[in-house]
Formats: sequence, C-alpha cells, structure tokens
Amino acid sequence: MNETLQDSALITALIAMLGGAIRVSTPFMFVALGECLTEKSGRINLGLEGSLVLGAMVAYAGSFLTGNPWAGVFFAGCAGLVLGALHGFICKLPRVNDIAIGIAFMSFGTGLAFFFGKPYIQPQAPRLEAIHLGDWTGDPRLAQALEVNPLFFVGVALAVFMWWAFRNTRWGLIVRMTGDSAPAAKAMGVSVDLVRFIATAIGGFMAGIGGAFLSLYYPGSWNQGLSSGQGLMAVALVIFARWGPLRCILAALLFGAAGALGPSLQSVGISQGYYFFNAAPYILTLLIMIASARSKVAAREAPGELSITK
Amino acid sequence: MADMTVQSLSATSLRRRPSVGTLKFAESIFIPVAALLASAALFSVFLLFLGKSPLMFFQLLWVGGFGSGFSLQNTLQRAAPLILTGLAFAVPARIGLTMIGGEGALVLGGLSAAAMAIPLVTAGVPAFLTLPIMAMTAMLAGGLWIGFAGWLRYYRGVNETISSLLLSYIAIATMNFFVEGALRDPASANKPSTMPIGDAYRIGSIPGTEVHWGLAAGLVLAIGLHILMTRTTFGFAARVTGGNARAALAQGLPVGRLIVACTMIAGACAGLAGFYEVAAVHGQANASLVAGYGFTGILVAFLARQVPLAIIPVAVLFGALSAAGGIIQRRMGMPDATVLVLQGLIFVVLLTSETFYGRISFLQPKRAEDRT
Repeated sequence: MNETLQDSALITALIAMLGGAIRVSTPFMFVALGECLTEKSGRINLGLEGSLVLGAMVAYAGSFLTGNPWAGVFFAGCAGLVLGALHGFICKLPRVNDIAIGIAFMSFGTGLAFFFGKPYIQPQAPRLEAIHLGDWTGDPRLAQALEVNPLFFVGVALAVFMWWAFRNTRWGLIVRMTGDSAPAAKAMGVSVDLVRFIATAIGGFMAGIGGAFLSLYYPGSWNQGLSSGQGLMAVALVIFARWGPLRCILAALLFGAAGALGPSLQSVGISQGYYFFNAAPYILTLLIMIASARSKVAAREAPGELSITK
Repeated sequence: MADMTVQSLSATSLRRRPSVGTLKFAESIFIPVAALLASAALFSVFLLFLGKSPLMFFQLLWVGGFGSGFSLQNTLQRAAPLILTGLAFAVPARIGLTMIGGEGALVLGGLSAAAMAIPLVTAGVPAFLTLPIMAMTAMLAGGLWIGFAGWLRYYRGVNETISSLLLSYIAIATMNFFVEGALRDPASANKPSTMPIGDAYRIGSIPGTEVHWGLAAGLVLAIGLHILMTRTTFGFAARVTGGNARAALAQGLPVGRLIVACTMIAGACAGLAGFYEVAAVHGQANASLVAGYGFTGILVAFLARQVPLAIIPVAVLFGALSAAGGIIQRRMGMPDATVLVLQGLIFVVLLTSETFYGRISFLQPKRAEDRT
C-alpha cells in the first residue's frame, strides 16, 4: 500500500515534470533560436534578456488593451525587434564591444519594462489558450501536462525552418559565411554589417515572443520578477546546442525540465529545498558550460567570428 | 634652409600643443562627460514625451541627492556599496575580463557574514572580535565565488561573463534557501531573515555623520587598489595580461595566477559590500540584499573607465541618483523604475561613446608626419 502510494507520487512528479518541461522550455526555445541566428552571423547579443522582459510587458499590455492575446504576441516581437535593431546598429560602430552593449541593453530593456509596466501589474489581460492534447487519456494529470501552448509548436516549426534554411538557402549560406569569416563575406560582396544588423534585429523579435509566452501563458501574468535570467541562460544554451537549431529544441526541453524540477516536487508535497531546486537550471547551465568549453566538437561548429568563444 | 623653417615651425607648434598624456587624460574625461550630458538630453526628451518636466526632474535629482545634509548623507550611504561593487568590476576588467557577478558576491558575502554572526553573537563574543571575523568571512566567500569564475575562465576556458552571472543567480538562490530554511529566524514572519545581529554588534557611523563605515572602507580600498594596479609590478603584469594575454604568457608572466588573484580581489570587494549591508544597514541577511548594487557597480566602473580612483566620484553620482529616486517618485508621480530607465540609457549611450575615442580632432596629438 505504502509502496503504491510512493509509486503514484513518483509518477505524478514525473508527469508534472513532463508538462513543466514543455511549458518552461518555450521561452528558452524562442530566445535560444533568436540568439542562434544572431550568433550564426558572428555577433553575440547578451541583451536578449532585456528584450525578453520588455516583450513580456508589451505582450501583456497589448493583450489587455486590444483584448486579443495574439496582438500582444505581435507587439512583443516588435518591441524585441526595436531593441535588437538598436543593439545591431550600435555594435556596428567601430570600437564598441558587443558583450558590454549586451549588458547595457539587459538593464535598459528591463528598466523600460518596469517603467511602463507599472500600471499593468494589477489588471487581468486575456491569456493565450492552450491546445488540449491529452483529453483522450482519461488521466487528469496527463491531460493537464499535455495542455500545450500553440507557441510551443510555432517554436518547433521555426527551429525546423531555421535548420533547413541554414543548410539549403542562399540567405542561410550568407548568414553562415558572415559568421565564419567576415573577410570572405566582404570578398563576396556581402555587407557584413547589414547581415549582422538584420540577424540581431530578428533575433530580438524572437526573444520578444519568448517574453510574450511568459506573461500571456506561463506563469501568465506580468510582474517585475517574471524573468529569472532565461534570456541569459539561452545564450549558454546555444553554446550547448552547438549552434544547431534542432539541438536548441532538445536543449530547451532539458532546461525546461530542470526548471520544472522544483515546482513538480512541490506538487507531490516535497517543498524542502524548493529554492535549491530553483537554482537547478543555473547549476545545470554552468556544468554544461564547463563540460563543453574545451570540447573539440563545439570548437569546430562555433562560428569563427564569435567573440565569446575566443 | 627650407628644412630649418619647417623644423622651427614644428618646434613652436609642439610647444603650444599639450602632451600626448594630457590629451589622453582630457579625452577620457571629455567623452564620458559628454555621454552623460547626451543621456540627460535624451532622457529629457523621454520625459517631455510623457508630459513631465525635465527641469523639475533634474532639480529634484539635485535636491534629493545633494540638496541637504540629510540627502547628502543618504547619497554617501548608497555610494559606499557602489564603490565596492564598482571595484569588483574594474579590477578584473584591467586584466581583460568582463566579470559581472558582483551582485552574487555581495549577496553571498552578506549571507556568510550573517551566518558567521549567529554562533558568535550567541556565545557573546565581543563586537570588536565578531565584526572583523564577519568581514573576513564575507570577503573570503565573495573572493572564492568570483575567483572560481576566474579560475574557470583560465583553466577551463569558460566564458567569464556568463559564468559569473549564472553564479549570481546561484548565490541568490542559495541565500533564499538558507534564509527560508536552516538559518531562518522564527521571529521574522513577513520577511524571512536570519537572526538579527543586535544593536550592540551593529557597525556605527563615521563620527559626525550618519554614514556607515563602509564608505571609509570603499575609499581606502579604491585608493589602495589604484596604487596596486598602477604603481606595482603586480598591477603592471595584470595590465599587460589585459592588453595581450598571449604576449604576457610569452613573457613568462603567471597569467593564470594573476587572473585568479584579480578575480579574488574583485569578489572580496563585493563580499565586503555585503558585509556592510548586513552589519551596518539591515542588521540581518534577507532579500533586501538583492538591491541591484552589483549591477549598478558595473555601470559605475564603465563610467570611471575602470580606474579605481575615478570610481569614487562616479559612485557618489549614482548614489545620488538612487537617493533621489524616492522624492522623484513622490513629487512627480513616476514609478520607481524611472531611475532604472535613466541608468540603462546612460549605460547604452556611454558604451556607444566608446566609438569616439581617437576620433575627436582637437583631442588628438599632432600626427607623426606633421611633426617631422
């Protein structure tokens, strides 16, 4: 009797983790794909954290004001696009350090979000609806875990598209070439600055959508503690995924599972060490970075122009 | 004959023009000040768009930061941790590392100081022994924390910017873990905290003021580290490494040890800031330690161009900005994040201004071909 109780608790925790992994991983996935595009072009944007937070706030405000959450998602992307474009524009000036500018945009984006987001902490905005994939199972826990937000599938489709486009299209080749060797791109008559500017701006757009997921679906409200460094962890995640869009999905799911560890243990009544389990994604990121830093495979697949891997 | 006139001409023009060193110095003052003014102008436009008066904003900034004895002391009180966290960014920056983990080292320093205080205060160890032990613990904890990121950078090749920021999040989670768990004082109902160290163990103020001793510690460390980084072989070796790590290795400099030493110094500075926050400001460790001093310190260090002495006035400036936040919020009806927006704007404009070094004509020395 006791054993079956423990058994079912374990299964509950595992199912909660599965659902949590899908939920928590979506913002990771969008930011990581955005960062992946930017880094493929040879530039690093640490400021996506700022785009994420600003996107979350704009999405919530947009959804509240228009009554349509998808309008909010679009506005969030646009807010991220503006920040990314600014980052891309400033970085192309000579002597400007892209890592430092990223830190600046992290604080600027967060500051703007907190400033304009103040009136939206209280009101309820319409949220994104989930797709119920698990109703046929008849198990309420599974049904709940399989309530998947459409943005998750958008992210997966985007990753597949990016994977295909990097390999098979002219644009993909141009981005990869710019990232691997700026002189080669110049010799081919490609404007390195322009390619990186566009890649950074679109990367910002994706990070903004990641933010929209945070405020419109899970956790599903706007407050100042909404993001806990997802934007930054995504940068490490891209390194871990070795700049492959498909691997970004897997890495995001792994990070999502780590992030869901604390809440899912809490769901079965283990609240001891909740804060410790909250640190799990950060510890995981750090361990992964330590393990992959000197990896030869990673060194081979890294864009040659990237300042962070030098 | 023609040669001689050219020579005498260039001699006079050389005499009239200031030396290269003076020009470099003037440039390193002129560009940051211009960046500050430009950010103020941009922020004024932002305020005008919102229908607020920029004049009133800057007036309140002055009143709230420097206007009275009280506000000046408030400013200095907030400048103290900023000096220390500014140093925590500037020292690794001189050796070429972008180390942004000051916030974590501060939090961890504060937590370990408060944890160390519990048995000592319970056992009744006198304050003059307890406080130095707490300070040492805080410095050690911060030093090991950031030193670890430095070690990872050199010996494992892990990017220090990301690892130090991740370590910050881990430090904050660790603090929450202990403050809500093992070290929680049952009496702290609303805001989980460690046991208060008690008034007898609080660090007092600098005589004649209400500013705590952290300011004095910050001043001493800023001056000391300035001397260390500019006047000693250690500082020279560190700057050579920062300029070109490969050349430093080829010269036989112990690059790994230099990096670990610089990052440990940095962490110790931030940890000490945490100690003062606990021993002088809050009296216990709790979530108030996460006040953003570590992140503002990065901005302070950038504006001071990583020069330890220059950190002092810049930290006072940002201390004033934070001290005036409350009055601006009340009198102009603006959210408390206003200061964050201004800080972020200054940050972006300041880093953009890096592009003007060596490109402003009246600040450049005459070119070599003009001189001969």
